[in-house]
Amino acid sequence: MSMDTVGHATETPTAEQPYRELGLKLDEYDSIKNILGRRPTSSELAMYSVMWSEHCSYKSSKVHLRQFGEKAPKNDAMLVGIGENAGVVDIGDGWAVTFKVESHNHPSYVEPYQGAATGIGGIVRDIISMGARPVAVMDPLRFGDPTNPDTRRVLTGIVAGISGYGNCLGLPNIGGEIVFDSSYQGNPLVNALCIGTMKHADIHLAKATGLGNAVILYGARTGGDGIGGVSVLASETFDADGPAKRPSVQVGDPFMEKLLIECTLEVLHAGLVEGIQDLGGAGISCATSELASNGEGGMHVWLDRVLLRDHTLSPEEILMSESQERMCAVVEPAKVEAFMAVCKKWDVEAVVIGEVNDSGRLTVEWHGEQIVDVPPRSVAHDGPVYERPYARPTWMDARQANGPENLARPTTAAQIQQTLMAMVGTPNLAAKTWVTSQYDRYVMGNTVLAQPEDSGMIRVDEVTGRGVAVSTDCNARFAALDPYLGAQLAFAESYRNVAATGAVPLAVTNCLNFGSPEDPDVMWQFERAITGLADACLEMNTPVTGGNVSFYNQTGDVAIHPTPVVGVLGVIDDVDRRTPMAWDEDGELIYVLGDTRDELAGSEWAHAIHNHLGGLPPALDLGKEKTLAEILVAGSRDGMLSAAHDVSDGGIAQTIAEMAMRSGKGARLWIPDNFDPFVFLWSESATRAVVVVARSEEMRFTEMCNARSFTAIRVGVVDSELGSIGDQVLQLDNVYGETLSVSISSLHAASEATLPALFG
Amino acid sequence: MSPRIGVVTFPGSLDDRDAARAVTIAGGEAVSLWHADANLHAVDAIVLPGGFSYGDYLRCGAIARFAPVMEKIVDAANGGLPVLGICNGFQILCESHLLPGALTRNDHLHFICRDQKLRIENNSSAWTNSFEVGQEIVVPLKNGEGGYVADERILDELEGEGRVIARYLELNPNGSRRDIAGITNAAGNVVGIMPHPEHAVEELTGPTTDGLGFFASVLTSLVTNGRVTV
Repeated sequence: MSMDTVGHATETPTAEQPYRELGLKLDEYDSIKNILGRRPTSSELAMYSVMWSEHCSYKSSKVHLRQFGEKAPKNDAMLVGIGENAGVVDIGDGWAVTFKVESHNHPSYVEPYQGAATGIGGIVRDIISMGARPVAVMDPLRFGDPTNPDTRRVLTGIVAGISGYGNCLGLPNIGGEIVFDSSYQGNPLVNALCIGTMKHADIHLAKATGLGNAVILYGARTGGDGIGGVSVLASETFDADGPAKRPSVQVGDPFMEKLLIECTLEVLHAGLVEGIQDLGGAGISCATSELASNGEGGMHVWLDRVLLRDHTLSPEEILMSESQERMCAVVEPAKVEAFMAVCKKWDVEAVVIGEVNDSGRLTVEWHGEQIVDVPPRSVAHDGPVYERPYARPTWMDARQANGPENLARPTTAAQIQQTLMAMVGTPNLAAKTWVTSQYDRYVMGNTVLAQPEDSGMIRVDEVTGRGVAVSTDCNARFAALDPYLGAQLAFAESYRNVAATGAVPLAVTNCLNFGSPEDPDVMWQFERAITGLADACLEMNTPVTGGNVSFYNQTGDVAIHPTPVVGVLGVIDDVDRRTPMAWDEDGELIYVLGDTRDELAGSEWAHAIHNHLGGLPPALDLGKEKTLAEILVAGSRDGMLSAAHDVSDGGIAQTIAEMAMRSGKGARLWIPDNFDPFVFLWSESATRAVVVVARSEEMRFTEMCNARSFTAIRVGVVDSELGSIGDQVLQLDNVYGETLSVSISSLHAASEATLPALFG
Repeated sequence: MSPRIGVVTFPGSLDDRDAARAVTIAGGEAVSLWHADANLHAVDAIVLPGGFSYGDYLRCGAIARFAPVMEKIVDAANGGLPVLGICNGFQILCESHLLPGALTRNDHLHFICRDQKLRIENNSSAWTNSFEVGQEIVVPLKNGEGGYVADERILDELEGEGRVIARYLELNPNGSRRDIAGITNAAGNVVGIMPHPEHAVEELTGPTTDGLGFFASVLTSLVTNGRVTV
């Protein structure tokens, strides 16, 4: 077949084109023809199809995502906002931090190892293209029923992919989440977060400026992997009877990515680069159209110069390929030689594929023939925008009316003890060591806190000790009960986790995982969740710096629970003053901060013991959340707190158990009067933490809480005398008139046994 | 003048900055060496750091062994220059035949990262002289291919000559024969160890500061052997 050139397209206006197979709707195809004043060439069609996919164009979410900008708090810390590869915030001392979370859900279900691996690769390239050195990664994960055989395939593959790629890349994995719920059975969630640091002067943006500047493609060669990945995989619902989609999943090479990191940072620091862009979803189509539309407005590309792994690839395939570990840089002609020398040093292949011009067009030629001639903005930014219909689902009333009030609760001390042992071993609450021990948390030598601590903490400045803390959270059951409040609760938990380690919460990223936007029920959940999150960020003065939307997480008509994963980043002046989660010395006093109410809807107890989901999620007072964070940060800064741990999934019982297991030292606790022991232990009321205070600091600490009118109840004291060495004991008094005693080693055994038994 | 300790960066080296930091904290001067530069720049000792040189493709350390800098290192090591190989560095030393045996896939087939207890078995090598024999230390371990293997004759020889420098305690994390975590050559200047002492040099970021002993040892031995004058 002869090449479908621009001239040929003009001469054959009625030629049939496979726009449907490429994921475009008829009206979208018609608007391409309107933009061009003719039918697109096959190469142009390929570019529009990937760039106008849901994954790249945010066509269903755009109208709602605007809220993050419209409601953005005035915050001087924002250096680069939403819209760039990743947002950048000022953390002081001339340092800037960029962080972002992205989804790689669909590829990870089809091919778990490579899907998860390339998820890390993609987010890391977003961070380096801002000019930052990546310093840590985190992985919020969601899986189906842990006893379903397919969960084993998916989980072990995903964990191996994260381990295999991330460890080889040399980035510490410092946290994340692993949650099981049958709603994710056919749609596991693999979100990947990366944090990068740089000096202010090193910030770089994705734009092609400077007439005559060279456009250089460097990194791995372009192959046939991942062709149509975003349009075919990420933007369509899985169909049980559909064809296998494995060829659309990309294959990663972490070694090449490591070279790409070092090579990119070297060319950036040497001042050799005017603009830079990573190649992820939509590959060369995305990089060239975005660079061109953000710069002088025009670019010419010689596509036949692209280095190939497979010489039989057609130009359309080259434009759509999502081969990993590639970057695109805009370089002044006089600096091209120096740029190439750095690439050679790192054994990275590079080639000039294009030139910046002011034609206002993105033109592509293939062996002398013109195959693309489009306005670049029309590809990169002016895609379709949908106002999808949305409406509160008819079933919401019934779901919210079906509260947990009638579920059987433990009513005796013996039942409380049984519940405690069962709860620490549920798949969601059990220790995640079996997974996290497969990740390198030490590399780079700056990891101050990692899983299972409340947030991961990284030292940024080795001299001053300035550092950052990051946590990601989302109880999707809360979001299923009330998406507005659920998103706010996810934010509040993440905010609290950061504050619990002593860091001041500063900025927010998010990964919004939902079902099909074509379903008005799902679209309503999405609209509510975004509104909730945007409102919370405004009230708490923590701007959203960027994020990602993942739609179509559903199999047939069944969508996942709405899962707005929220990542909060905080800053700490000196990581030496971090607050760990484990208590340390005998005599330290244990306090519960915050109010405990009978709030068990959507709780881990209702889920794990009764497989129940209904009612209204816990109430949230953001003003109080802010006060609690101030107390936690001041307690760290002024040396009042020996330990702190947030209360969330599994309530106070789980928080105390985790602190005891982490410490290894026993404690004597009591249920305060006026509380039902069961409610006190397993309610998931928001805005609470357990803190540990040295006796000498008690007066100062309680006065601080009183001055802020914040509830602080003394519930225990660290006491290693209750047990013997190697057999420490948690004692719990005032449990329906009785005293319970639990050995920490038995808690440990129950907590550590679950995951190896399921997946080991 | 502080002793100059070279840290080699291969493509895919990951813990090179960590090794340099450990050298500095111990009181040495860290000197960066580049795999393609066949020049040791007059360093007094060398660390081959952890990581995945050349992606660990083909076999861990098998490609790095042919790097231009390695030819110089092999000659210098045979001439008595102290060389420490950590994790991937240990694998490279075995591939270079500076140490016997090989490192194979962990017996449980997973990468493992944990705080590992070790017992020091030999304190006469250039890299372990600051420890006591029998001393128990904790340093991070992180590897996918850390199972030390050699034939029985070599294992017996290593044991007989006291060339096992450290052994895993409480849990053998990777199926290493005879719980071997690290060995030395007969002269005691070349040491390979699978766990990562460079990650245990600061209270803030490591489980202990036990790892500093390895770096302090080489500084002491350089001075004692007159290779460096202070």
